[in-house]
Amino acid sequence: MLLVLVLVTIGVFLIVRIVPGDPAQMVLGLKARPEQIADMHHRLGLDQPIGQQFISFVGTLFTTGDTGQSIAYNVSSKALVLSRLPVSLWLIGCSAVLVVAISLPLAMVAALHKGSWIDQLVRIVPTITLGMPEFWVGLVFVLLFAVTLKIFPVGGIQPGIDGMLYSMALPSLTIALAQTPFIVRSLRTRILEVLKSDYVVTLRAAHLPERVIHRHVLRNALLPALQLYGMKISFLVGGTLVVEQVFGLPGVGSLLFSAITARDFPLIQAIAIYCALGVVLISVIVEIIGGLIDYRVRGELGCEQAGEAA
Amino acid sequence: MSAIISVKNLGIHATASGRALVDGISFDVHPGETVGLVGESGSGKSLTLRAIMGLLPEGVTLTDTESITVAEQKRLAMIFQDPVSSLDPLTGVVKQVAEVLRYNQHMNRHEARVQAADLLISLGLPQSLRTADRYPGQLSGGQCQRVGIAIALATKPNILLCDEPTTALDVTVQLQILDLLADLRQRLGLTMLFVTHNLGVAAHVCDRLIVMQHGHIVETGPTTAVLHHPQQEYTRRLVSAILPIPGEQHR
Repeated sequence: MLLVLVLVTIGVFLIVRIVPGDPAQMVLGLKARPEQIADMHHRLGLDQPIGQQFISFVGTLFTTGDTGQSIAYNVSSKALVLSRLPVSLWLIGCSAVLVVAISLPLAMVAALHKGSWIDQLVRIVPTITLGMPEFWVGLVFVLLFAVTLKIFPVGGIQPGIDGMLYSMALPSLTIALAQTPFIVRSLRTRILEVLKSDYVVTLRAAHLPERVIHRHVLRNALLPALQLYGMKISFLVGGTLVVEQVFGLPGVGSLLFSAITARDFPLIQAIAIYCALGVVLISVIVEIIGGLIDYRVRGELGCEQAGEAA
Repeated sequence: MSAIISVKNLGIHATASGRALVDGISFDVHPGETVGLVGESGSGKSLTLRAIMGLLPEGVTLTDTESITVAEQKRLAMIFQDPVSSLDPLTGVVKQVAEVLRYNQHMNRHEARVQAADLLISLGLPQSLRTADRYPGQLSGGQCQRVGIAIALATKPNILLCDEPTTALDVTVQLQILDLLADLRQRLGLTMLFVTHNLGVAAHVCDRLIVMQHGHIVETGPTTAVLHHPQQEYTRRLVSAILPIPGEQHR
């Protein structure tokens, strides 16, 4: 995990310097004179050798957690990212909750009624939605729910927590629809496997009510789906970029968009590093939830010594 | 005395192909006796037991649902062949037993937990379960089978159906579990129907044997008669294949 952060730091530092485009040129405009550009390079430290640039970059990163002043906005990159972070976290959080809320019941119903029309539907519909790109789904939602039906806002953020939830409805549903097919499928397959296992017979033989049996089944089916979900959620961090753009949400994704357009090196670096940090944090959270479900994962994490058979 | 389980012309067939797996067998089990269903793999003995429990696996069908009668007010419980995989791996064993107590005997959560721990300890599991629950993966096969027995007993059964309960266990543990079952049968007045392919095990616990082959009953009779004077060639072959249970001859 630490390795991920180190590689991302080095990688993003190199990539922004390799890709064509000069931040000084972007700030000063195409008609800038060469000495103005050289002066700007000097102020940004871009005239120093690349090794030196890297050392001072890592130095400030470690001491202040910052990657320098944003070139385009002329404020601290860290502060800029942090100010946009809440919107993105809301978006990721809402879509994560939606994915679970949609996937669990669908997978359970489909597995319990294997072969029925509802099962077929759950298996076919995701195949269709998988072929639909997020930006397109987002636009369709905007047209349908915001422009035609006027139920949800076209974009932007409304004040207050309820306003936030209201604004998040369409964007998070857009993301969730792209995520659920994988989760539903993996969960459905796993539930079917678990339903065949010996302990389900034991539970039936012990005259337990079906809903109690389903609880056991779901708990046992959940772990692989959760681990898959953990991976998906990391992609989701990338997926927010497109969706934020479509819905005009002032989140980190749209910030990254403008940062790349402006070749705003420090800001791009800040976003990349904070996203990597976010992905690492999410996988830690997923591991912890996995540990709550399965004591064997807990053992791997070293939180609990596996008890000797007494 | 009237039969506690009455099986008349029981047929079980594969749903897809219609092939008969159990082909019209009939027998009675009387209160308090222990009957052994013995035979090789595929003889239909386990299916017969599952049919009596009402838990046939997917892919097989009961030909006539009225072929099995269990006496009124009599409760059935079952213990299984693979004790470890028969327990939910992600739920503590005390919790699993407590859950069965809660839903079968209408106890509250706390009461059920205390009783579950008591029951498990009385069946030979460690005292430490009272304070710290264990997952099935942290117990031995023999201990898991004791948990399986506890789950069965928690339903307050009159009849205990045993599906090869010692087959997956170490030979030294087999005898302990068989003795435990014999002891429970006596203390609780259980009627037992015991499926095994091991005539040695059957001889240890059963009063009467029903020998099955290819879905038919080959021979029935009191255990000693079947073992010492087998009438059929198939039974003779089974008897000659008996492996002694280690430790049994020392007693």
